[in-house]
Amino acid sequence: MTDTPLLDASGVAKSFGAVKALTDARLTVARGEVVALMGANGAGKSTFVKILTGALRPDRGRVLIRGQEARVGSPRGARRSGLVPVYQEPSLIPDLDVMDNLRLGDTPVDPFRHWVEALGIKGLRLTDLIGDLPLATLRILDLARALAAEPDVLLLDEMTAALPTDLVERVLETVRAKADAGLGVIYVSHRFTEISRLCDRATVLRDGRTVGELPIEPGVEDRAVELMLGETIDLGQRDAATLQAVRRGTPRLAVRGLAAAPKLQDVSFDLHAGEVLGVVALEGQGQDELFDVLAGFRKPTGGTVSVDGQAASFAHPADAIAAGLSYVPGNRAEALLAQRSVRENIALPFSARMRDWGPLRLRHERARVAHAIEKLQIDTRAQGEVQRLSGGNQQKVTIGRWLATGVETLLLFDPTRGIDVRTKRQIYPLVRELAEQGAAVLFYTSELAEVPLACDRAVVIFGGRVVDVIEAGAADEATLMRAAYGLTAQEGAA
Amino acid sequence: MSAFLRKHAWVIGLAVLLAVLLGITKAIQPGFGASGLESLARAALPFAFATAGMAVVVIVGGIDLSVASMMAVCAVTAAVLMERMAGVPALMIVLGVGLAMGLINGALIVLTRVPDIVVTLAMLFVWEGVALLILESPGGNTADWLERATRGFVGIDLLPKPFVIMAICIALVWVPIRRSKLGLSIYAVGSDEMAAFRSGVPVGWTKVAAYGICGLFCAMGGLSLAALTGIGEPVPGPYLMASVAAVVLGGVVLGGGKGGLLGPIIAVFILRIIRTILTLMAVDPNVTTIVEGVIMVGVVMLGTALTLRGRRS
Repeated sequence: MTDTPLLDASGVAKSFGAVKALTDARLTVARGEVVALMGANGAGKSTFVKILTGALRPDRGRVLIRGQEARVGSPRGARRSGLVPVYQEPSLIPDLDVMDNLRLGDTPVDPFRHWVEALGIKGLRLTDLIGDLPLATLRILDLARALAAEPDVLLLDEMTAALPTDLVERVLETVRAKADAGLGVIYVSHRFTEISRLCDRATVLRDGRTVGELPIEPGVEDRAVELMLGETIDLGQRDAATLQAVRRGTPRLAVRGLAAAPKLQDVSFDLHAGEVLGVVALEGQGQDELFDVLAGFRKPTGGTVSVDGQAASFAHPADAIAAGLSYVPGNRAEALLAQRSVRENIALPFSARMRDWGPLRLRHERARVAHAIEKLQIDTRAQGEVQRLSGGNQQKVTIGRWLATGVETLLLFDPTRGIDVRTKRQIYPLVRELAEQGAAVLFYTSELAEVPLACDRAVVIFGGRVVDVIEAGAADEATLMRAAYGLTAQEGAA
Repeated sequence: MSAFLRKHAWVIGLAVLLAVLLGITKAIQPGFGASGLESLARAALPFAFATAGMAVVVIVGGIDLSVASMMAVCAVTAAVLMERMAGVPALMIVLGVGLAMGLINGALIVLTRVPDIVVTLAMLFVWEGVALLILESPGGNTADWLERATRGFVGIDLLPKPFVIMAICIALVWVPIRRSKLGLSIYAVGSDEMAAFRSGVPVGWTKVAAYGICGLFCAMGGLSLAALTGIGEPVPGPYLMASVAAVVLGGVVLGGGKGGLLGPIIAVFILRIIRTILTLMAVDPNVTTIVEGVIMVGVVMLGTALTLRGRRS
């Protein structure tokens, strides 16, 4: 009995009313093992995570921790039995300072400090108010707090989603070192590069059941995607002739020397109707400011923007919208009316464009909305209220509603953050279709692998300046990564 | 030091405002002195307790519309009991009744998951009815020592007894809680309920406890009402809206997680003294409430603007 797994969950099932979220989920974690938990949108991954961490009780099945039936009725209970989670959203209290947050969870201070420093956060004071700290720091504090609790099993749910690359490195190194010292880790993620570096095995969920347990070896990506999807999708790139035709004429959006102090220094590019232009940048290189200026949220400190050859300046988001620029935030909560239906959310920008105050043209609206819903492939069980959709489906609504509206210029800011592979692969064709309908799309993504899938070319921003422009055909991850770090050795590739 | 100033800027600002208003009162009415302070403190006493209770539930992220009704229940319970039995056990029973009512409010909110504003609106009527069942019309009697406790001064003539009693009662309840994990949990739940749950805070219990504390403060408020009038009055007084007003003016954010009890208590005095000043200036009583409302919005607006600017610089 020397190799009793640290965690052994089997036959876990959970239903919400008529919806079976989980039917037969399995997961084992041995000492010193890092297991990736993967699954597409709606596969039941988040339900499974909630059950493991005690936020939900399963209908059937059992969760053993070190051979003992775990009584994980609440996050407290899970913690007591040795499983400590780091959730996707920060679980620190914004109105309390760091010290009070530690006291709240009975976290020992010295180990916490040790881990904070080991994970690469410097200059943290215990009197700092959580609400004043940047998101990336909060994620690290969450992890440090979990490590300081000396868990048997650590569950990391999309831990790296909001982290800049250097912090991701530190997290992966630290977690791997802890695992080598005997910690068991469940790693929930959509990022293959991280999984293949960090994990020993991958457990794949589909439609509420565990469909496979794969060892991490070369080629595992394809196998895992196959298991998650049950099908494969191929995205072709557009040929050069089409692109050339698209790029002829006056650009829809011409940006010249745009600056917004202090981060955005000098950015210029042309975006044509019918084109998807990627924006590639490490965290905090000025991309937030670029999108803010284009959406009319803040005023630039220099440079010009012109729309269809006309100089434009946006003093208010309404000006940007009037000029045909539609901003889709990465945070879907900012874009949707959570308590209203999918239909209404899709129809909203469409109705809002009407010039007069007359009655809505309901029949016309209904037809276009129906088309959009069909395109989005949203599960009809939950169309009543947007807040009941999964995160991925919500994000599809934020983008897909512009299909119904007929948008001119779409500003997508990291639209696939924290979304599973299957939904991502539904979002890329959506973006492409918008472009083929004649929209100009500016697409910032924090995930480099997406660039060749969704974009026709990409501008790389480093230190607030455009350092490179790369055609999609040449935009493999290594090239983009070098460019994003400001390494200009491969000039020839562009 | 500057960190301390920034953290308590709102409370300090309120204290300065109160001092200015006291100065104005003295200027308008040169005779305003010790007895004026005493009557101000006495009038503020029930408001202060209602406000303390309201502040705790607002900090936890809720609201309690039944504070005035709970105070009425406690006032009549005190008046009825003190007619028949010794004062101290009666006082203990009244405190227990208040605590129990608060716990019931909290438990209903947590168990039924009906929004707090709806539950406590319903309980406003329930407790109102209970008060009338206990005592149909104003009557009963309160212990003499309780009445005496709210009159006169402690030591020097500038410390009115009701003020001292209020400070001691509120500090006795709140300071130990604020220093304990319960206090931390109350702020945590009010600040971000989901994050608190994930941090291992027993969210339901924390809410129930906060409403219990509110009930306890309402019991003190009811006792002070009985002490001031010498009888029990079953019809709730104007304490609900006044307490919400003082809580907001006192820097507690509706929605929870921010603020403390000191600010709201100072705000109670500010609102009372504004009323005194307007009366002294012979302002039409109908205009008085308009002025009070305008001042409230003005102060909160100014305070928010200053806080924002302070944060930016």
